[in-house]
Amino acid sequence: MKIENALSDLPGMEDVRFGGHGGRLGIGYHAHGDDWCELSLPYREDMIGDEESGVIASGPIFALMDIATSLGTMRKLGKFVPHATLDLRIDYLRPAKPGHTVIGHGECYAIKRSIAFVRGQAHDGDPNDPVAHVSGTFMFLGEGA
Amino acid sequence: MKLPPYADLLGATLQWEDGLPVLAMPFSADVLGRPGFVQGGAITGLIEVAALAALGHQLAGEGGGRVKPINVTIDFMRGGRERVTYAAGTVTRLGNRIANVEAIAWQEGRDKPIASARMNYLIARG
Repeated sequence: MKIENALSDLPGMEDVRFGGHGGRLGIGYHAHGDDWCELSLPYREDMIGDEESGVIASGPIFALMDIATSLGTMRKLGKFVPHATLDLRIDYLRPAKPGHTVIGHGECYAIKRSIAFVRGQAHDGDPNDPVAHVSGTFMFLGEGA
Repeated sequence: MKLPPYADLLGATLQWEDGLPVLAMPFSADVLGRPGFVQGGAITGLIEVAALAALGHQLAGEGGGRVKPINVTIDFMRGGRERVTYAAGTVTRLGNRIANVEAIAWQEGRDKPIASARMNYLIARG
């Protein structure tokens, strides 16, 4: 399902289109709630970072979590506002299993006038055995939240 | 030095400057984020490939080894516009088990980075 489904009910979404890098990676919608969003990253051989093991590179997981936490922020805000990633830290707890779809859960835990604070986890089948953990901030562009 | 399939997905190619690896990624629809800007994940991906290239290059001089990413922390300082993005890594410390690497991405010049990252890697010596 398209990434847009995570936000399709929110004002400000009329002209927003997802595609680009997320589309190239095959990132899709999985689920959402009041302040979170989950996206899926199906396994693809062109994302491999280590050919010996077939493990995907860390970059696609970073992109997944960047987008998931961004959408989680829009869910908490209740509208679409242009924003940019200020910083993001990701811990790679273990390699994602080759062949498995990675699910990224992005949550916004605080929104201030200029900055949104986010965190999230990625797993490849068992949410209790995550592959990655992220935390970071987004800044609102233009007039702010 | 051989780049992984993921580097091809980014459209990134390896160049050498003063004997050190530099990655170049042309702008394309495949790396687009919000309209007119490179997606942060693509910039981070390029930076991680550059960091691994720098680390692999230095490690090769010490007998080689396998590398696993532990974490990356990245600051985005400027939007990446519709032009070529470059990235290069600097190994700040290469220990027996851990490597500390810094990397930046830039477009206009290295003195105007669009993103700056630091990374920790686990090393299994060959």
